[in-house]
Amino acid sequence: MGSILFFLSILAIIATWWLSRQGLASKPWLEQGEAAVLPNIPVQTTDPATIGLRVFLAVVGSFFALFISAYAMRMQLPHWRSLPLPPILWLNTIMIALSSIALHGATVAVRRGERSELKVSLLAAGIAALAFLSGQLVAWQQLASEGYGLTINPANDFFYVLTGAHGLHLVGGLVVLARTAGKAWRGPTTERLRLPVELCATYWHFLLLLWLVLLSIWTGWAGEFIDICRQLLT
Amino acid sequence: MVDVPLGSTGVVAAPDVEDVELYHPHSWVTKYVFSQDAKIIAIQYSFVALSVGLIALVLSWLMRLQLGFPGVFSFIDANAYYQFITMHGMMMVVYVLTALFLGGFGNYLIPLMIGARDMVFPYVNMLSFWIYLLAVLILVASFFVPGGPTGAGWTLYPPQAITTGTPGGQEWGIILMLVSLMVFIIGFTMGGLNYVVTVLQARARGMTLMRMPLTVWGIFTASFMALLAFPALFVGAVMMLFDRTLGTSFFMPAMVEMGQPLDRNGGSPLLFQHLFWFFGHPEVYIVALPAFGIVSDLISTHARRNIFGYRMMVWALLAIGALSFIVWAHHMYVSGMNPYFGFFFATTTLIIAVPTAIKVYNWILTLWRGDIHLTVPMLFALAFIVTFVNGGLTGLFLGNVVVDVPLSDTMFVVAHFHMVMGVAPILVIFGAIYHWYPKVTGRMLNDGLGKLHFWVTFLGAYAIFFPMHYLGLIGIPRRYHDIADMAFVPPSAHTLNAFITIVALIVGAAQLVFVFNLFWSLRYGRVAGGNPWRATTLEWQTPETPPPHGNWGKDLPVVYRWAYDYSVPGADQDFLPQNQPGLTRAIPEPGHG
Repeated sequence: MGSILFFLSILAIIATWWLSRQGLASKPWLEQGEAAVLPNIPVQTTDPATIGLRVFLAVVGSFFALFISAYAMRMQLPHWRSLPLPPILWLNTIMIALSSIALHGATVAVRRGERSELKVSLLAAGIAALAFLSGQLVAWQQLASEGYGLTINPANDFFYVLTGAHGLHLVGGLVVLARTAGKAWRGPTTERLRLPVELCATYWHFLLLLWLVLLSIWTGWAGEFIDICRQLLT
Repeated sequence: MVDVPLGSTGVVAAPDVEDVELYHPHSWVTKYVFSQDAKIIAIQYSFVALSVGLIALVLSWLMRLQLGFPGVFSFIDANAYYQFITMHGMMMVVYVLTALFLGGFGNYLIPLMIGARDMVFPYVNMLSFWIYLLAVLILVASFFVPGGPTGAGWTLYPPQAITTGTPGGQEWGIILMLVSLMVFIIGFTMGGLNYVVTVLQARARGMTLMRMPLTVWGIFTASFMALLAFPALFVGAVMMLFDRTLGTSFFMPAMVEMGQPLDRNGGSPLLFQHLFWFFGHPEVYIVALPAFGIVSDLISTHARRNIFGYRMMVWALLAIGALSFIVWAHHMYVSGMNPYFGFFFATTTLIIAVPTAIKVYNWILTLWRGDIHLTVPMLFALAFIVTFVNGGLTGLFLGNVVVDVPLSDTMFVVAHFHMVMGVAPILVIFGAIYHWYPKVTGRMLNDGLGKLHFWVTFLGAYAIFFPMHYLGLIGIPRRYHDIADMAFVPPSAHTLNAFITIVALIVGAAQLVFVFNLFWSLRYGRVAGGNPWRATTLEWQTPETPPPHGNWGKDLPVVYRWAYDYSVPGADQDFLPQNQPGLTRAIPEPGHG
C-alpha cells in the first residue's frame, strides 16, 4: 500500500500547508466583528469549478494510487509474468503529450483572446487524444493476438484494467472538450471560454502525468527508481 | 474585563462573497422532484436513506428470530440468514449512515450553516441524489433476481464471495451488489465535491473556518475522507467484478471447488482485504465525524453553554481524519500478517484514541455547570456520549493484537461495532432529526412520543448489545446460522439469545413510533417559530421558516461571531446569534473559562 500512502502524504502536506494559512490557531471566542483580512494573504478569487476540479483530481489520483498499490502487492506474489510492452505505446505517449501541449496552447490563446488559434488548438488536442485512444486499442489488439489476453496472467489483467480506466477518464474529458470546442465555434466571448479551456488543460496535464507514471511502472523504471532511493536511504 | 475591538486578532476572512445567480425552477417537477435546491435534495436523501434503514431493520429482525429461536422459522435457512446479514450490514453502513449524514444532513446544513444560498454545483448535486437512488434500486433489485441477494457477508471477502455455495456467488446477487456500490460511489463523489467546495468557497462574509459550527467541520472533514477512501472500495469492486464476470484472477487463488480445480491463476484474497479495509476503516470515521460535530452543537445549544475547547475539537477532528487512514490493518490481525505490522497498527489504533478522548472530555466539560435542558435532542446527545464511550472501550480490547485474536469473529466484535458505529451514530441521527425538524417543517415533533422513542431505543439498545459482549467472551462465534448444542455453549447462551431477540423486536417496533411522529407532526405538531431552541447558528436566523429557495431573502447574512456565544455575561439574552453585530463586548480576563 506504499503508493497510496505516498499519494495521501502529498495530499496531507498540501492540506496542512493550506490549513496553516487559515488561522486555525485563532481564538474565535475572543473575536467579534467581521473578521479582518491579514495583509499578507490575498483574498481568494479562484472559481469554485477550479477548486472542484482539483478536489476531483485528488479523488482520481487516489483511485489510481490504490490500483498501483494493488499492482505492486500482486507483483510480489507467485505466478506473475510481466508482459512485453507493445512499441506502439511510445507513439501513444507522444500523442497524449501532443494533446496536452495543444491544450496548453489553447489556454495561451484564450488568455490573449485569439479565437482562431484557440479553435485550432482545441481541434488538435481532440484529434491527438483520439489518436492516443485508438493507439491504445491497437496495443490491446496486438497483445491479445500475441497471446497476452485477459485472464492469462494477473499482469495482463492489471494492464488491461489500468489502461482501460485511464482511457475512460480521457473519454470523459473528451466529452467536456467537445462541449468547450462547441462553445468556441458558436462563440461566446473568449473571456467566458477561459475557465472551461483552463479546466480542460489542467485535466489533460493530469492524465498525461498519470500516463507517464503508469508507463514508468510497466517499463520497470519506477521500480528501479524506488530501489535507488532505498539504497540511498539505507 | 477587557474590551475586544473589532477584528483585533486578525484572522483570515472568508472571501468577500458575491451574491450568486440562483437557478429558478419553472414547474412543480423541477421544484420538488428534479430539484436543484440542496434542502429538497437533503429531504430526498433522508427519506430514501430512512426507508432503506427500515428494510435493514426488518432484516435484522429476521436474523434475530433465527438466532433467538433456531429452527422455528423454516423460511430462514442458512442461505437466507447469510443474505439477511449481508444486506443488513451493507445497507446500514453505506446506504443509510453515509447517505444520511453526508447526503441528508450535509445538504441541508452546510449551505444554511455557512450562510450560502445553495451548494456551488446545484445540478451535480441533483445528479448525486438520483444516482444514489439508482444504486439503492439496484441493491434492492437483488432480492428479486434468481438466487437472491449476495450472502457473502458485508465485507464481501473473496474467494467465497464469488464461488458456488455462497448465496448469489455464481448468480446475480454479487454482481448487483458490486455494481450498486460502484454507482453509489460515483453518486457520492458528485455530492462530496459539492460539500467540500461549498465549505471552501461559499461561506458568508465573516464566516472564517474557525467560526464554523462543529457540525460543518465534521461533515466537511468526513466528506473529504470519503472522497479519498471510497475509491478503495471502487477499485476492489471493479477487480472483483472482473473476477466474477470475465474470469480474471485478481483475488482468486488457484483453488478446488466442489472437487473440481478452478481455472484460476493464483490471485490474492488478502489484496481485497487490504483494499476493503483501506475504505472500511475511514468509513467508520466518515460516519463518526459528522456525528461528533452534530453532537457538539446539540450539547452546546441544549446546555446553554459555549463548547469547551473549540480549537481542540477542530484539531481533534482533523487528527482523527488523518490517522484513520493508517489503521486499516487492525481489521486483519488474524489474516496471517507479519507480527510487526500488527504492532504498528495496534499502536496507531491506540493513538487515535487520544484525539477521540479529547472530544469526549470536551463534551463533558461543556456540560459541566451548564444549564442542561433535557429536551429530546439533548437526551439523544447524552445517550450518544455514554454509548460511544462504551463502544470505544471495547475498541481498546480489539485494537490490541493479543486480545483481539481470541475475540476475533465472536459476538464480542458484533457488540463492539454495533455500539460504536451502529447505535452511537443512529442516536445522533435521531437527536439531530428532533433538533432540526422544526427548521425543516416549521413544526415541532411531539415531545411525549419523542421521549417514549428515546427511552425504548436507548435502554433497548443496551439490553441488546450488552449481553452480546458476554456471548462473545464465552466464545459464541458470529456469522453462524445455528450454534446448536456445541459442548462449550451453556444453556444460558440460548436463553440470552432469545432475550436479545425479544428486545430487538421491541426496539424495532419503537422506531415505528418515530416514523408515526414524523408524519403526524408534519400536520399536527406545535408551530415552532424560527428559532425554537434559541440557538446561535445561522440556520436558525433565516427570515422565513422553513427557509425558501435561496435561504436568505434579499441579503446574505454577515457573520460577526463564533457559533457558541451562549450565556455571555452582560448580554440581554442567553444567546447571541452569529449574525448579530456589536462592536465591542465585555469578556472575562484571559485565564478564566
